[in-house]
Amino acid sequence: MHDSAFINFVYLIASALFIFGLKGLTHPRTAVRGNLLSALGMLLAVLVTLVNQHIIGYSIILVGLAVGTAIGAVLAVSIQMTAMPQLVAIFNGFGGSASVLVAGAALVEATLFSDSPSLQLTAATAATGIIGAVTFWGSLVAFAKLQGLISEKAVLFNGQQLINAILAGFSLAIGVWIVVDPSFTNLYWILVVVASILGVLLVIPIGGADMPVVIALLNSYSGLAAAATGFVLSNNVLIISGSLVGASGIILTQIMCTAMNRSLTNVLFGVFAPTEDGPGADDVYAGKVKSTSPDEAAMLFDSAQRVVIVPGYGLAVSQAQHVVRDLSQLLESRGIQVEFAIHPVAGRMPGHMNVLLAEADVEYDKLKEMDEINLTMAQVDVALVIGANDVVNPLARTDPKSPIAGMPIIDVDKSRTVVVVKRSLSPGFAGIPNPLFAADNTLMMFGDGKKALLELVKCLKEG
Amino acid sequence: MAVFTIFVLAIFVGFEVITKVPPTLHTPLMSGSNAVSGITLIGAILSAGTQHTGLTTILGFLAVVFATINVVGGFLVTNRMLEMFRKKN
Repeated sequence: MHDSAFINFVYLIASALFIFGLKGLTHPRTAVRGNLLSALGMLLAVLVTLVNQHIIGYSIILVGLAVGTAIGAVLAVSIQMTAMPQLVAIFNGFGGSASVLVAGAALVEATLFSDSPSLQLTAATAATGIIGAVTFWGSLVAFAKLQGLISEKAVLFNGQQLINAILAGFSLAIGVWIVVDPSFTNLYWILVVVASILGVLLVIPIGGADMPVVIALLNSYSGLAAAATGFVLSNNVLIISGSLVGASGIILTQIMCTAMNRSLTNVLFGVFAPTEDGPGADDVYAGKVKSTSPDEAAMLFDSAQRVVIVPGYGLAVSQAQHVVRDLSQLLESRGIQVEFAIHPVAGRMPGHMNVLLAEADVEYDKLKEMDEINLTMAQVDVALVIGANDVVNPLARTDPKSPIAGMPIIDVDKSRTVVVVKRSLSPGFAGIPNPLFAADNTLMMFGDGKKALLELVKCLKEG
Repeated sequence: MAVFTIFVLAIFVGFEVITKVPPTLHTPLMSGSNAVSGITLIGAILSAGTQHTGLTTILGFLAVVFATINVVGGFLVTNRMLEMFRKKN
């Protein structure tokens, strides 16, 4: 018994380290150390598990650890910062699938040693099977969408929600069956298959710009799956860490939904289609859009005192983060105040833009949150929008019938001049035209984000 | 009931701590917390190592691989990102 007391004590230390680790993430200064504390907690938990006296075969564990470490390390070191959303998605999936496998093995072991495993074990196993399988397959679909393997567009078909409801009901029914009669363990794998189909179907109707919500939600699920596995094994460190992650994902999901003024149900099941009676692209743009060249734009910047840069997903797509940094440094060297305005749902995951700009060595105190920057938007000489659309669409404020009505936006239209770098006038995710592009104080600089900005920097240097 | 108490209390702790994380660190928060959810690794190690049946050993082995990718990859990539957020001197 002393052994298990010791193991549980170390698990307690590990849990505490996870909490301190997350606490460290509350400031960029302490974040690196926080992450190391979490990693140390994980290392302790793994080491103390390895000394468990019931373990008879170490070679298979070590092979598994070595293979996983190699794959994980290669992915972590080689991934581009712009591809971070899909990496986090796939990691979520791996966590979910591990939970599914562990719970399955635990059920098989339990039925081996006892005719009637506890209710806690069977119910938690069923829960792990459902949540874990949805996490794994949902994450795979999210990964495929973000990586461009399948279309980012929403896949919709008739009766989609009915099918989902049936699948969900079916999973629950099998779950109850497992609780009532756990002896037929293959039932668990049937449950996993049904939940896997559900996982795929839940994520395919969700389009590109809603990805931040889905990734945050799947993040939460992967935590809940780990917590459920903790109930299966009656293991506190799994329960504690799983619920910490579950809570974290739920909070991020909530923040993302608020930033789009939509409910979670609406993001997951709502059809985000342009309203029929909204203004068409021709009405909004015809004859009113003014385009500009990098040459002209450079002159605008030359006479500006305060510039705000608003990055969107287009910045990530064109890998323009480094040239944006060059531009901001060049402007600052001429005494111009430069700030970055970050919309919470800009990009494909929470904080996506911040990571890209950090990669390019833009100091984090130059990154301003939406609410803060909006207070002084009227005093901005030039707002430079790079590859963003819906998050700067004034229709959100003015047209109560618009699909983005009420969504908080960055009020670039209130600045003196707006320069928008964009490939074309094509609509953003919401599928609606953006009157900002046709506004009197807006100039469109058409082209690839990175190329256009390189030109702009060149003109500024020459001019 | 004890496990359920721990579950609920841990969720409260999670809410308290995470709401204080600034938006600028939300991506590292996700990848870092994601690595923590790889704690399933512990269960995987036990399944793979106790070797009660051939099936549970294989399930355990696969789970060890998946969970380790999650843990190692998650912590490493989070560290990589957070180093970028450190102020350059």
